[in-house]
Amino acid sequence: MHASIILLLPFFSALVILLGHRQLKGASVLISVGSSIISFIACLFFLAAEDDNKLLLPFLDVGGHFHAGIDVLIDKQSRGMMFIVSFIGMLVHIFSLGYMKDDDAKPRFFGSLSLFMFSMTGIVLAGNLIMMFIFWELVGLSSYLLIGHWYQKASAAEACKKAFLTNRIGDFGFMIGILLLFGANHGSVNLDDLATAFKSGPLAPGAPGYSAGFTTAAALCIFLGAVGKSAQFPLHVWLPDAMEGPTPVSALIHAATMVAAGVYMLVRVSFLIEASPLAAEIIAGIGCFTALLAALMATQQNDIKRVLAYSTLSQLGYMVMAVGAVAMAAQHGHEAHGPNPGHPAMFHLYTHAFFKAMLFLGSGAVIYACHHEQDIWKMGGLRKHMPVTFWTFLIGTLALMGLPWVTSGFYSKEGILGAAYDSGCSILFHSATLTALLTSFYMMRLVIVAFFGKPRTESAHHATEVPVIMLLPLVLLAVFSIFSAWDGFATPLQAYKPAHEPPHTTVLAASILAFLFGTIGAIYLYRGKDKDPISIKLFANKFYFDEIYAVIVRICQDRLAWIVTALERIFVDGLIARLPTAIVARLGAATRLLQGGHLQGYTFLLGGGVIAVIYLVVFVLPRMGH
Amino acid sequence: MPPLLFYLFALITLGFGFLVVTGRNPVTCALALAASFVGLAALFLSLDAYFIGVIQILVYAGAVMVLFLFIIMLLDIKTEEGKKINVPAIVSGVLLAVLLTLQIIAVVGSTELANKTSQNTPLALAEAAGKIGKAALPTITNDLKTGTLPDAKLIGFTLFDQYGFHLQVIGLLLLVGTIGVVVLSKRERSAP
Amino acid sequence: MITLGHYLVVSGMLFSLGLAGVIARRNIIIVYMCLEMMLSAANLALVGFSRFHLVNGLPDYTAQSLVFFTITVAAAEVAVGLAIIVALFRSKQSVDVESVTKLQG
Repeated sequence: MHASIILLLPFFSALVILLGHRQLKGASVLISVGSSIISFIACLFFLAAEDDNKLLLPFLDVGGHFHAGIDVLIDKQSRGMMFIVSFIGMLVHIFSLGYMKDDDAKPRFFGSLSLFMFSMTGIVLAGNLIMMFIFWELVGLSSYLLIGHWYQKASAAEACKKAFLTNRIGDFGFMIGILLLFGANHGSVNLDDLATAFKSGPLAPGAPGYSAGFTTAAALCIFLGAVGKSAQFPLHVWLPDAMEGPTPVSALIHAATMVAAGVYMLVRVSFLIEASPLAAEIIAGIGCFTALLAALMATQQNDIKRVLAYSTLSQLGYMVMAVGAVAMAAQHGHEAHGPNPGHPAMFHLYTHAFFKAMLFLGSGAVIYACHHEQDIWKMGGLRKHMPVTFWTFLIGTLALMGLPWVTSGFYSKEGILGAAYDSGCSILFHSATLTALLTSFYMMRLVIVAFFGKPRTESAHHATEVPVIMLLPLVLLAVFSIFSAWDGFATPLQAYKPAHEPPHTTVLAASILAFLFGTIGAIYLYRGKDKDPISIKLFANKFYFDEIYAVIVRICQDRLAWIVTALERIFVDGLIARLPTAIVARLGAATRLLQGGHLQGYTFLLGGGVIAVIYLVVFVLPRMGH
Repeated sequence: MPPLLFYLFALITLGFGFLVVTGRNPVTCALALAASFVGLAALFLSLDAYFIGVIQILVYAGAVMVLFLFIIMLLDIKTEEGKKINVPAIVSGVLLAVLLTLQIIAVVGSTELANKTSQNTPLALAEAAGKIGKAALPTITNDLKTGTLPDAKLIGFTLFDQYGFHLQVIGLLLLVGTIGVVVLSKRERSAP
Repeated sequence: MITLGHYLVVSGMLFSLGLAGVIARRNIIIVYMCLEMMLSAANLALVGFSRFHLVNGLPDYTAQSLVFFTITVAAAEVAVGLAIIVALFRSKQSVDVESVTKLQG
């Protein structure tokens, strides 16, 4: 019951707003915000719901063998995720009231936001992969709409196109993966059925027709969907560009929820990843590589939102690595700790959602106060002008850096480091620690440059605190950034809590040392500077990925297009279209000569016809016996 | 009719007809056409169709020719001097004409019907007076009895007796033609 | 002896002359005259048949009625046709059939 309310409320909100925004005008904003608040309240009740898997709406039923429908899978993961999505969604809605106050296209913005809430809820609740795929595409669409909200800006239009196309690649892999599982599991892609199938069904090792290669292929194809949506290497290029969208959107979609959907989905199908050691290693490797790569890029970015975007990439890489590492650990026979084991990736997803949304909203407040200035080197000294924003932003930053024993980020990051440690692969653990160090470094750099020192421009000098309606979400999220890992909060979410047991003291030490070195390094380097003291072109230019992709696309696509065009010219254009056209045209031209418009010509034809008729009637037909 | 006269009038008809086709000056052509129609009218007379012969002269050689000449004069049409001769048109026209003539000659030569002459199919006026007797007007039977052919009366009788409706339609056609000519000839005032 | 065949041949030759004229000539007025010749040739054939197809010992006056109608229609046609020619001349300043090719396909 609650589930259908949570799912349908944003849907109707989006429907009403997008269909009737001309009539509704300002009311559409209220509808959207109201629906998000009611959804949140429903989600609070939902936290207490029992595990369940029921069908809401059957819409595909082929011969009794294949079912797909809108169903709801309630378990600890969907409950926790649902809480995060609706809570942050609500706060972002409220924040947007202030941030988008002067925007002309407010109804479109809030309508798209509601559409996103609907789609995201669908992904979270999905009990089968086909429903998940449908909503997977829907979040892609709403993300496209929201990134391109200021479509008059060429860069925003380009960014939304890029995000959509890049996601398409991943989605295609996801679809192939679903179809592989669909075929192998005799038409059922229900998550529970699949889990059973991997344990003791047609997909279990030893079953007739079992093939390790097939399982790996299916796992990697499904993972490709997460690569696209969670912006992992090599499809990570869209996320930084997606910052062209309004900042609340970046906070909700491109930091807290949608990009985490990939991780969520991987956790959902963890049985599949655990079934394939190779896939688990590849996933952990790609996650680790993305985390390190993005952290390196983040150290040299100057746009406040881009720093956060690369930080998001890095943290998503962390989570994906955790998924892979946990699967690897499970294959090695390590059992998860604690009485109610959660998943470290999910735990980091929860905490990260709070503090990253907080950081994005904080950056949104800064941008709003500085009249849409996004370059951190043109800010400075904002600490005095915007105290509340500063303190909340600092809390978020410390949470992301993982301030020991106080912030939630410390616990969740340690959980991931622990998973990497347990995986038995030292490279994972070492690069994860290095990433943590870099994270502390670039976040401290961001805070020092933007909030300390002297104001470097007029707009920074005149910045004032933002209105209460924007501060409220910041403060709430800041509170959660600290407390979300504490027992009182973590238990309802049934999150994973890392254990500080003997083998994990190394992890603890590594985590604290990474924090300390990163922070001290950043303070030492950036304190009182007006200019970036270090400049590494490779990092600032994002390892030239965009340029490399452009070249690859140019070479491959242009060649392919050339061949396809040639084929089309010859066969479609030539044989199918041109040839009959030419024949008809020639015939037409020939008969046109008869229609010259010349009276004499017509008369000649008439006379010739008369003669022919006489010849036939008088001289030919009688001889033939008529 | 003596054969000599037939050939004379046939020659007049065809000769002036040839002049119509070949003449450079439209006025010459029009006058040649009138002469050709006079010859044709004589041929009608030789076929005992006096009324038709007379209206051929009245309508064609009279009214229609005047109309043609009037238009030629009105439009002040020059001769076709200097205009290049359209050789393919002439060749094809002559070719068709020759072919058609040959065909007609062949058809005529191949049918018994063509051998009828005024000698082997003479008019039998006195018998006709008896045969059509009651159906016809007294004036026609009287004429027939005296041995003259009341050509105009018989045509009139046929027209009004059998083709009254058609006559009305023809009358209407003439009316429409008149109106059409008026409409066509009127200059459009609104035209700039 | 002059037979029906003679008349029919004259009629056919006159018709052929008219046809040749219509095809060969470019002056639209002369084309019209040739058309009249063709109509008259048909009339000659009709009258010839009328004379040699006796009904009750008299010529067949149905054929002559047809000739009468033909002459009437031809007269009307000439009137309308010449009016068209005048209108055409007004717009084209020419009576050359080559200048009237608007209906070219």
